[in-house]
Amino acid sequence: MADKQPPAGDNRPKLALHVPEPKYRPGDAVDYSDIDIGEPGSMSRPDETCSPDTMRDHAYGLVRVLGDDDNAAGPWDPRLSPDTLRTMMRNFAMVRAFDERMFRGQRQGKTSFYMKCTGEEATSVAAAMALAADDMVFPSYRQQGILIARGYPLVEMINQIYSNKGDKLKGRQLPIMYSSREHSFFSISGNLATQTPQAVGWAMASAIKGDSRIAATWVGEGSTAEGDFHSACTFAAVYNAPVILNVINNQWAISSFSGFAGAERTTFAARALGYGLAGLRVDGNDALACYAAQQWAANRARANGGPTLIEYFTYRAEGHSTSDDPSGYRSAQEREEWPLGDPVMRLKKHLIALGEWDEERQEAMDRECAELVKAATKEAEKNGILGHGLHHPFRTMFQDVYEDIPWHLEEQAAQAKHEREVKWPGEEPWS
Amino acid sequence: MIEAINDALDIMLERDPDVIVMGEDIGYFGGVFRCTAGLQEKHGKTRVFDTPISECGIIGVAVGMGAYGLRPVPEIQFADYIYPGLDQLISEAARLRYRSATEYIAPLTVRSPFGGGIFGGQTHSQSPEAIFTHVAGLKTVIPATPYDAKGLLISCIEDNDPVIFFEPKRIYNGPFSGFYDKPVEPWKRHADSVVPEGHYSIPLGKARTVTEGEQLTVLTYGTMVHVTEAVCREQGIEANILDLRTLVPLDIEAIEESVRKTGRCLIVHEATRTSGFGAELSALVTERCFYHLEAPVERVTGFDTPYPHSLEWAYFPGPVRIGEAIDKILKD
Ligand SMILES: Cc1ncc(C[n+]2csc(CCOP(=O)(O)OP(=O)(O)O)c2C)c(N)n1
Repeated sequence: MADKQPPAGDNRPKLALHVPEPKYRPGDAVDYSDIDIGEPGSMSRPDETCSPDTMRDHAYGLVRVLGDDDNAAGPWDPRLSPDTLRTMMRNFAMVRAFDERMFRGQRQGKTSFYMKCTGEEATSVAAAMALAADDMVFPSYRQQGILIARGYPLVEMINQIYSNKGDKLKGRQLPIMYSSREHSFFSISGNLATQTPQAVGWAMASAIKGDSRIAATWVGEGSTAEGDFHSACTFAAVYNAPVILNVINNQWAISSFSGFAGAERTTFAARALGYGLAGLRVDGNDALACYAAQQWAANRARANGGPTLIEYFTYRAEGHSTSDDPSGYRSAQEREEWPLGDPVMRLKKHLIALGEWDEERQEAMDRECAELVKAATKEAEKNGILGHGLHHPFRTMFQDVYEDIPWHLEEQAAQAKHEREVKWPGEEPWS
Repeated sequence: MIEAINDALDIMLERDPDVIVMGEDIGYFGGVFRCTAGLQEKHGKTRVFDTPISECGIIGVAVGMGAYGLRPVPEIQFADYIYPGLDQLISEAARLRYRSATEYIAPLTVRSPFGGGIFGGQTHSQSPEAIFTHVAGLKTVIPATPYDAKGLLISCIEDNDPVIFFEPKRIYNGPFSGFYDKPVEPWKRHADSVVPEGHYSIPLGKARTVTEGEQLTVLTYGTMVHVTEAVCREQGIEANILDLRTLVPLDIEAIEESVRKTGRCLIVHEATRTSGFGAELSALVTERCFYHLEAPVERVTGFDTPYPHSLEWAYFPGPVRIGEAIDKILKD
């Protein structure tokens, strides 16, 4: 009798695995009506020293300043002077011109790889402008806007992209993985999210030393799934590190939509709540909101108020990189219908609405930026382009692995030198 | 050895305001092996502090601190737990100087007790040194005596490259002979237990001759230095035992000189055999001293299994395994 009974638990409901699927695939019509973007100006601006547990709404809502009427509204309006807004506009124009030219350069075979930040310019340019020049930044790979906002020479950027003999990094890094200590810009790693605990460590060091400089880091929403990001949040919270954790939610991580990092369940800003971090969710295509949020977080960090996690809700308008074709995995309409528009256009229209700008000046500025980038490209090309032989002296390959070159690397360097003498007799082997 | 490590940390915290000691349980409590006892009380909570249980966080944060200009000395409670922080060591700390062309460096010294022989089971007994010696940009250092522990640790902290400093926990309290059924001597009665006061350093990349002998060369480090020495003493073998002290950079001169003299070479380590550091040593000796060799190079290592808790002494490369390898080498 007992063995005739069904196995225990047979009457329980069958479990099913959920595999996230983006709402739209190529060819699909796009409907963004479910995204609640809220009213510009409607979100309160808490005191910078407030307790994180009062910020629930800020982690789920959206801080917005610029409205459809192109005017700034509400308590988050940073009230920037027209000159500052024009500087921001110029940084935008420069980033666009730079991306455009470098993308083409890659297609022309001058380098192996490039990554644009189109549509996300505000998350780096406006954020960088809200920091002090000597605040340390630990960016990911789509924050060229920070270097441009900090006045890093374009020629240096292009030398790096071409891995030529002018490249300060001696041709060792993938294009766009810049480093500039002088500009308080940390060396970029290709391993995602590794920079996030490092930024926290730098901020902790600054606090240990009684310094006044803070740190900020940028990470993609896809990469927040890495353990490093969660370690960073824990350490930031535990030690009240003066750090800003910027999460760029551009909806896509190569071909994986944000759902694969958990976006179907909650916002990225809401991650902050469980750690006891201040969390802000911001319209990432609203340059004024981006500036205001970063400034708020910087003030908070400087006042020992603690770390902030900011999610910038934005959209990656272009492909992931020169190696990617997004038409293979997402609807072409997504970009066109993105409900938060384009950050550069929105700022331009705002400046025009203020009576501080016009289309003619914009065109002249765009042209000027394109010319400057072109000139910088020409200048950098004198140092060589990738694969055309004008690179750093050969011996540098064995340098900087350690502070001093150990015997085994000396031996390997001698071998490399010998090989070159065999291949190219009569030439200076170390050149 | 614990006191020697504590002393080294104390001296460096005192001398250099940029030195930071951190890790799980290392602050108030002084570490599970007591290596950091009293340091927080003496140097304050911002110089010596506990961390969350997050090895990825500990190493990642230390890289950022190094980039700032500090000299962090993170402790990983057991070498078995270094893996969650491995990417930060291998991809970040090891390459920061190279990838930034010296703009940023990561001068950290990761301290971690390693090795077996204390009934730690498979998760408290591993010897992962070979993983680190395979990584360009890292240095790997392993002391075998209290004197060396202090002098080498000071060198590591003063070094501008990231260093992995493995502490053989089996010999924290005394040199282990490998005869596990015999009482363990405390360090007090050992010649190398005399640790001078104050600051001194031992250069990285220099091996130590443990015993001079003509019959064969033994290349070893950590706990196995003492085990090998005891076996040779018991069996009346006159071995030239080299305690390598640092695996990267390696003292190739001392190795070549000794093997050329004896013509025979045994390599002893506790880590698993396949792709272990012994393979590298064996290759180097064969490449460089082949015509001086009178017998094949032998390796004595742990087996290629996880460390078995109840069968620890069957796993441990002890007197029998070492003795038989020596016999084999000398017979040829
Ligand atoms: C540790 C690691 N895993 C995988 C990759 C390969 N990879 C490079 S970029 C990328 C997507 C990252 O997406 P996200 O973090 O959202 O940033 P976005 O590109 O959208 O700016 C992946 C998977 C990597 N570089 N590092």
